[in-house]
Amino acid sequence: MDEHAVDLDRHVRGYLIVFGALLLGTLLTVVAAYWLHLPLALSVAVALLIACFKGSLVALYFMHLISERKLIYVVLAFTALFFLALLFGPFLTDLDAVSL
Amino acid sequence: MEIPYRIEARPDTGLTNGKLGTWLFLASEVMLFGALFATYIVLRAGAETWPQGRTLLNVPLATFNTVVLITSSVTMVMAWASCMRRQFSRYRMFMLLTVLLGATFLVAKYFEYSAKVHHHLLPSTNNFLAIYYTMTGLHAAHVFGGMVVNGYFWAFGRRLWEIEPQWLANRVENSGLFWHFVDLVWIFLFPVLYLL
Repeated sequence: MDEHAVDLDRHVRGYLIVFGALLLGTLLTVVAAYWLHLPLALSVAVALLIACFKGSLVALYFMHLISERKLIYVVLAFTALFFLALLFGPFLTDLDAVSL
Repeated sequence: MEIPYRIEARPDTGLTNGKLGTWLFLASEVMLFGALFATYIVLRAGAETWPQGRTLLNVPLATFNTVVLITSSVTMVMAWASCMRRQFSRYRMFMLLTVLLGATFLVAKYFEYSAKVHHHLLPSTNNFLAIYYTMTGLHAAHVFGGMVVNGYFWAFGRRLWEIEPQWLANRVENSGLFWHFVDLVWIFLFPVLYLL
């Protein structure tokens, strides 16, 4: 078996581990929402934390961002910057009206 | 005219042109969904009352759909790995599974929407349902788009394979990037709309 094939075998094993982690993350999300009875703000934080963890696994392993070219990271850094501005920018106009 | 750098990477970027193009497209998709998530936050933060998603929506069905999409991401990446290993029949099997899982997701979505409409829970009912239909509807349209592309590569992939297997592998990787992005969006939509 050549080096390339061994590398792909390692990738495939990684995909299956990530699959298990994603299923576990989904289970934890539902359990946290239904059975932990957390205050709303904490419940939101826990759910988003698990979602961020699951999303990172998908991006890093399935989308191969863990070993990508520099140009893609540059594109994504700009995207993240504008995404955060889009997400939180509206609050800067009316901070007093925000409640959860 | 032949499009350059379809098979080998362009020396200055280290990427095929198709892959760079796909990532730029995904960057624009992040902004599209980002605008809707921002809308959701503004609507919810400004509302005096906001229904908990799980009191109106079908959480077991959405959990099932989450598992379906995650599984389809694995079959998608396995289709690419099979292409890279030069195993065409395995590639076709995994690609077909990916398309079928996408179809399963949409069928479940059809039942979910039908139940809502039956109970007169429409986009015009309240802001929560308006943003729920907008975000999940746009996401479902993306699932359908991904299915069309993946279905094309399943049905007509042999032509590319016979010309150059790596060409097909690169294109499957690009359509996979889109498919995983659609999965990633759902990973956030599920808790935000259904659970919180």
